[in-house]
Amino acid sequence: MSRPIVPVANADSKPFWDGCAQGELLLQQCEACQAFRHPPSPVCPNCLSEKHSWVKASGHGKVYTYVVVRETRARGWDKLVPYVLAVVTLDEGPRILTNVINVAPEAVGVDMAVEVIFEDVDGTMKLPLFQPR
Amino acid sequence: MKDIGGKYAIVGVGESDVGRNLGRTGMALHLQAISRALDDAGLEKSALDGLLTRPSRADPQFNYSATLAGRLGIAPTYFTDVALGGASSASMILDAVAALEAGLCTTVVCVNGDAQTSRGAARRAGLTNWIEDFEKPFGMIGAPESYGLSARRHMHEYGTTSEQFGAIAVACRKHAALNPAAVFRTPISLAEHQASRIVADPFHLLDCCPVTDGAGAVIITSAERAKDMKKAPVYILGMGQGFTHSDLPYTSTMTTASMQSAASRAYAMAKLGPKDIDVAQLYDCFTYVVLLTLEDYGFCKKGEGGAFVENGRIELGGELPVNTGGGLLSQAHASGFLLVTEGAIQMRGDGGARQVADAETAIVSGQCGVTGINVCLILGNHPN
Repeated sequence: MSRPIVPVANADSKPFWDGCAQGELLLQQCEACQAFRHPPSPVCPNCLSEKHSWVKASGHGKVYTYVVVRETRARGWDKLVPYVLAVVTLDEGPRILTNVINVAPEAVGVDMAVEVIFEDVDGTMKLPLFQPR
Repeated sequence: MKDIGGKYAIVGVGESDVGRNLGRTGMALHLQAISRALDDAGLEKSALDGLLTRPSRADPQFNYSATLAGRLGIAPTYFTDVALGGASSASMILDAVAALEAGLCTTVVCVNGDAQTSRGAARRAGLTNWIEDFEKPFGMIGAPESYGLSARRHMHEYGTTSEQFGAIAVACRKHAALNPAAVFRTPISLAEHQASRIVADPFHLLDCCPVTDGAGAVIITSAERAKDMKKAPVYILGMGQGFTHSDLPYTSTMTTASMQSAASRAYAMAKLGPKDIDVAQLYDCFTYVVLLTLEDYGFCKKGEGGAFVENGRIELGGELPVNTGGGLLSQAHASGFLLVTEGAIQMRGDGGARQVADAETAIVSGQCGVTGINVCLILGNHPN
């Protein structure tokens, strides 16, 4: 779907969005305490270390919670309802906010197993969305 | 002024990298400065229970101080945005000392500065160049879908139902019908709640507070001076601020929130507990938030909020009347200030048809950050 708002990469998030464009879901892993984190942050929320590496995630996870948006006042989004806004717990631990697609909204449920699928938003950038696995 | 000169001290100093076109966000620079100040002080970040900052203008962010606390991984009991431009930096020191003197926290970090030359395309795109990049592009734009994520999880974990949310909407409207100053005064039934259209499943239209105009104000002075004023004093017996998250999707739990920490501090200050509270004014941007607040404020056990709100228990005449003026759901939004004024009105006994008989204590909540930011007040008509 054509989205009214698309991400803009910055110094902290560029590797993540570059990964998406390459079809890879990347997570930051702290080099000091090994904790995974998402969304990207300049420091580890666990130990404040700035040292981190980017690792490829499995792309597998489970729906933690979700909402079926049926009505919105947000300009542009009103044309896209209904859509499923979901929080997915990745197998690696971090959560990710996303949309669950390729399934009827009524069929989505908490704990549903899902996998990442990348959606082209503007020809250069891709968003990590999820579908039933 | 009180004689507090020399009573408080700076114990850590940190400066971020400085320069032009550093390519960092304002928040990255704040984090760097704080991290260096902690090193300088020889403190762990867990020692920080106060945080004062000014929202970065290069990377604007709603609830900036809370977002910064989340990125730091701390849970402060006092945090706020100080927005006085170039005067913010020195002004934060005043605020820090005031908070320390009041016992709201013990160790405060003050941080200011910005990435003035690194403002990017993100602003033009309507994004903050920060965590909202990971929320808005997926359609997490409005409040219904944001709070709905937490509500759905609560329903999953505890079996909470939409009808139980509806009981809260019905109670608020019933009270608004008795409040001449409320906007929405026509009573509603549970069946009407259930029949109202679904906005963001699990929320029906009548789970969502309407958008309205309005404002409130209160004037506060010392209890001593209050004795000689025109109206009976409403004493501030307790207060507490709590934080768990600035970004709901990324918090560790969605169904236990900042309310617990806020309330426990307020109860301790007031030397009161939930059983001592006669009336509650609880922030109700959505029905579900009232249910969550009742649990986290200790009026019932975790997960039992759904059963608690049933059978008129939160209506006038019930065990704990909630939102006696109608709340955000039926009186008006006013950013929750009418919950404060209604709390004071009830303590004065000026509630008219909606007055809770013999009420001596009121609890009031302020809430934001999709349940991650909470402030709890306990008011009373005796100084305790």
